[in-house]
Amino acid sequence: MTASASTLARPRREGFAGTGGHRRGRLIVGATLVGLFAASALLAPWLAPYDPAAVPAALSDTMLRPPEIAHPLGTDALGRDLLSRVLYGGRVSLALGLGVEVVIAALGVAIGLLAGYYGGWRDSLLMRVTDVVMAFPSLILAIGLIAVFEQPGLDKVALVLVALGWTTIARVVRGEVLSLKERDYVQAARALGVGHTTVLLRHLLPNAVGPIIVAATIGVGGNMIAEAGLSFLGLGAQAPTISWGSMLAEGQTFLVSAPWVAFFPGAALLTAVLGINLLGDALRDLLDPRFKSQ
Amino acid sequence: MLADLLEPAAKRVLALLPVLLGVSLLVFGLTAVGLGDPVRAMLGQRADPELVEQLRRDYALDRPVPARYLAWMSRLVRGDLGTSYLQQRPVTEIIAERLPATVRLAVGATVISVLLGMGAGVIAALRPGRFLDQLLMSVAVLGISTPVFWLGMMLSLLFAVWLGWLPVSGYGDGAWANLVLPALTLAAVHTGTIARMTRSSLLEVVRQEYIQSARAKGLAEWRVVVKHALRNALIPVVTVIGIGLADLLVGAPLTETVFAWPGIGRMLVAAVGQRDLPLVMGAVLVFAVIYVMANLLVDLAYLVIDPRIRRDR
Repeated sequence: MTASASTLARPRREGFAGTGGHRRGRLIVGATLVGLFAASALLAPWLAPYDPAAVPAALSDTMLRPPEIAHPLGTDALGRDLLSRVLYGGRVSLALGLGVEVVIAALGVAIGLLAGYYGGWRDSLLMRVTDVVMAFPSLILAIGLIAVFEQPGLDKVALVLVALGWTTIARVVRGEVLSLKERDYVQAARALGVGHTTVLLRHLLPNAVGPIIVAATIGVGGNMIAEAGLSFLGLGAQAPTISWGSMLAEGQTFLVSAPWVAFFPGAALLTAVLGINLLGDALRDLLDPRFKSQ
Repeated sequence: MLADLLEPAAKRVLALLPVLLGVSLLVFGLTAVGLGDPVRAMLGQRADPELVEQLRRDYALDRPVPARYLAWMSRLVRGDLGTSYLQQRPVTEIIAERLPATVRLAVGATVISVLLGMGAGVIAALRPGRFLDQLLMSVAVLGISTPVFWLGMMLSLLFAVWLGWLPVSGYGDGAWANLVLPALTLAAVHTGTIARMTRSSLLEVVRQEYIQSARAKGLAEWRVVVKHALRNALIPVVTVIGIGLADLLVGAPLTETVFAWPGIGRMLVAAVGQRDLPLVMGAVLVFAVIYVMANLLVDLAYLVIDPRIRRDR
């Protein structure tokens, strides 16, 4: 028999033997990367060796220098220190990613709670609107919306990302509320005369917190990637705002002669988003029972 | 069998109508709330007033918004997307020129991501928790987290500039060599998603009893996985392939910009920069319609793959 011990024994291992360690690993790596990213962004003014916007006087000696002791990540076409710029770019990325997600979460939770709890036309309206928003690949619609404004900028990016981003969390919360609101404990609370607001906030919302945190965590990374993408296309941050996306656009010009200009901002973005995604995955396993087995 | 399929299929097509209506409203809204006067944007501030009036009438801009929407829609259903402000040519003509390049890129990326993603997912699921599984899944998360435009630059730096194996960028009159790097770049995110979905879906199926009995019969492990489990694991994977089209379309403007690929993604970015609203609207609409249609195809594919779905709804 070829299906000997190893094959027959496998089902027991497949209860995802590796998962415990695997999950802890992802949690630790993810949390560490996110922690490093957040710390470097917050402490950028103290960590940055140079003024990120300072253009040195003797430009020809200092422009497009490869990484060296004085400039650990090299310099860009205007002789500005890349390490300092990457650190400051992280501030913009984090502030936008997190700020947008906080607004998205608040909006999504409110809409999802109301639609799921009251049902009826509110729910139909929500589902139709989310259907339509989700019918667009998000970055495409974001690019189209940016066209509406006279001038691009980070504030418009934030506005557009909020306008397009709330649907995911609204749907998650609506789903949770729909499945919870018929439960006995909710019915009992209502029968005892507890008001709608209290039922929503004290009895329904706390049970949806896990999936909300997971969606919001991954959403922060998505916002950061979207901002960088729009800025890369020239539709987001405008100089003198330092964004990893616009640094990458500058870097593409010098890709052959000075590849470090493009490499480091992208590597920083990748590391930060990777950390966020790992953290989100680990949180999903911890907080969302539906994904326990995966 | 065909009659069985017809009713649920028709239902799904009908369900699209409100979505498409909403899509048209939203795209139209781009101009209706558009800041600034499109006619002025087109002709400049010192335009001949008579010409401005003429164009306003042509575009029905002198009428109330609902009337303008109806006028726009009636032209839309006749396949008229308006005229590009800048190029003074029909939008449909410009898009028709650009679409083949984007489709080529998207198809190339889909093929790469399905092959690599499903392959990696199956290999990882064969020995869950082992080194190869962990390695492949780490690479998958890395792929999902990588900004496509940065990946594109790095790939082009490595394979085109340093190794000299492939062209740096451009369409190259449709040469295969020019397609490789852009398609690989665009495929990255999607490959990671497919790999993860294939793996977890396979592991789910592998626990079922009929798999246990196939094992008990003494079938080789790869045979169990590929012939028995993979078929049933395909449904979530098909979803991801469909949803993944969104990844591909989203990545198109970025990838096309990095590789100077003459598709509608790069055209959209340029049109936004030039405030060429009819072209922007046309491109956004085309992207949305492609996406909605792809999702419809996924839905219809379910009906064929899984008879249970036919009965349920």
